[in-house]
Amino acid sequence: MSSWAFFCTVIRRDLFLAWQQRGDLLVGLVFFVLVACLFPLAIGPEAKLLSRIGPGVLWVAAILANLLALPRLFQADWQDGTLEQLLLAPAPAGMMVAGKIVAHWLTTGVPLTLIAPLLGVQYGLSSDLLLMLMATLFIGTPVLSALGSIGAALTLGVRQGDMLLALLVLPLYAPVLIFGSGAVAAVAGGLNGYAELSLLAAIACGSLFLAPWLAAMAIKLAVE
Amino acid sequence: MILIDQIAAQRGDRPLFSNLSFALQAGDCIHLRGENGIGKTSLLKMLAGLSQPDQGQILWQGQALTELGDDYHGQLHYLGHKDALKDLLSPYQNLHWATQIAGNPLSEAAILHTLAKVGLLQQCDLPVRSLSQGQKKRAALARLLATPRPLWLLDEPFVALDTTAQSELGEWINNHCQQGGIVILTSHQQLPSIQHVTELTLTRPL
Repeated sequence: MSSWAFFCTVIRRDLFLAWQQRGDLLVGLVFFVLVACLFPLAIGPEAKLLSRIGPGVLWVAAILANLLALPRLFQADWQDGTLEQLLLAPAPAGMMVAGKIVAHWLTTGVPLTLIAPLLGVQYGLSSDLLLMLMATLFIGTPVLSALGSIGAALTLGVRQGDMLLALLVLPLYAPVLIFGSGAVAAVAGGLNGYAELSLLAAIACGSLFLAPWLAAMAIKLAVE
Repeated sequence: MILIDQIAAQRGDRPLFSNLSFALQAGDCIHLRGENGIGKTSLLKMLAGLSQPDQGQILWQGQALTELGDDYHGQLHYLGHKDALKDLLSPYQNLHWATQIAGNPLSEAAILHTLAKVGLLQQCDLPVRSLSQGQKKRAALARLLATPRPLWLLDEPFVALDTTAQSELGEWINNHCQQGGIVILTSHQQLPSIQHVTELTLTRPL
């Protein structure tokens, strides 16, 4: 079987499984909405302050929502033994992880990106800010899934793995957060923000290329 | 066809087995025995290429597993402790995705035919979580029959099966060996009528 066909099969399989448990997907999305709604309630209706903190708050909320969904990446497959069968497919394990990352992004990152402008409205973000926010989330959320896959693989079978996963992965997310909210802040400051966006895209390319192979090595250790 | 050449393994600091060598030809069936924790499952995982021995090497058709890489996986079926079934999906959906992942997609008729062989035709649309342990095992065994592959590695395949299913599995193993396949299995039970089975008892190194 070609690596590409295997990659596509893993994506289709994970999307099918996600659809069978679509309630779980909704939990992450509702969490994102709730966190984003709490800040205006706490801070009060001060338009200037809200529009200033809006992009940062939405980015942090997106990162937390992503973190909430990370254990889903490998845990269930590891527990029921299907992860062994995925490793035993006649194709590279890195392609399996890459497929899982893409499916994970399609089921978490893409819905977050699509719903973010609706939440941005309550922070009084203008339309060009909303557009930039969507662009940074669109490029940044695949990085979250890719870097997260390494953490999720390393914490497979570890006691209190979910806590450890958060401690492992959150520092890695810092550059994404900095450039993601930085690009939106740049637009707010009258610049175009393309520099931050380009750096974010570079991080995305690097992590999507490297993370699958690192995560695959960690998975092999967990299955041994 | 498969040659185990002086392999050794340890779990943590504790040695499991060392200097283990044996060879299997087409049509051979070997029954691994030994007390709990002796390393039967570890050995099966090594034979599947899921882990590497600390010493020695394993050769398939004269080539080391480390050289063969992912192509070797297309030669074997591994049935582990865990059934590798998705609780939410039906036996039909499970087998569908298992064969897709194995790179050998089957038609609807072929999947149903396989499920009929393992006696799950009536339950083929029920979620696996509503099946009994024995029926789950049958659903897992369906993978062996769905895709023909020369090497079967079976970890406790008879557990939870009723006597009819046990003798059916024995029959499948016999057929597989007659067609030139190789079976390596672990079991603490008395095996049903399997012809030409060799017993190999693992012992703890001194």
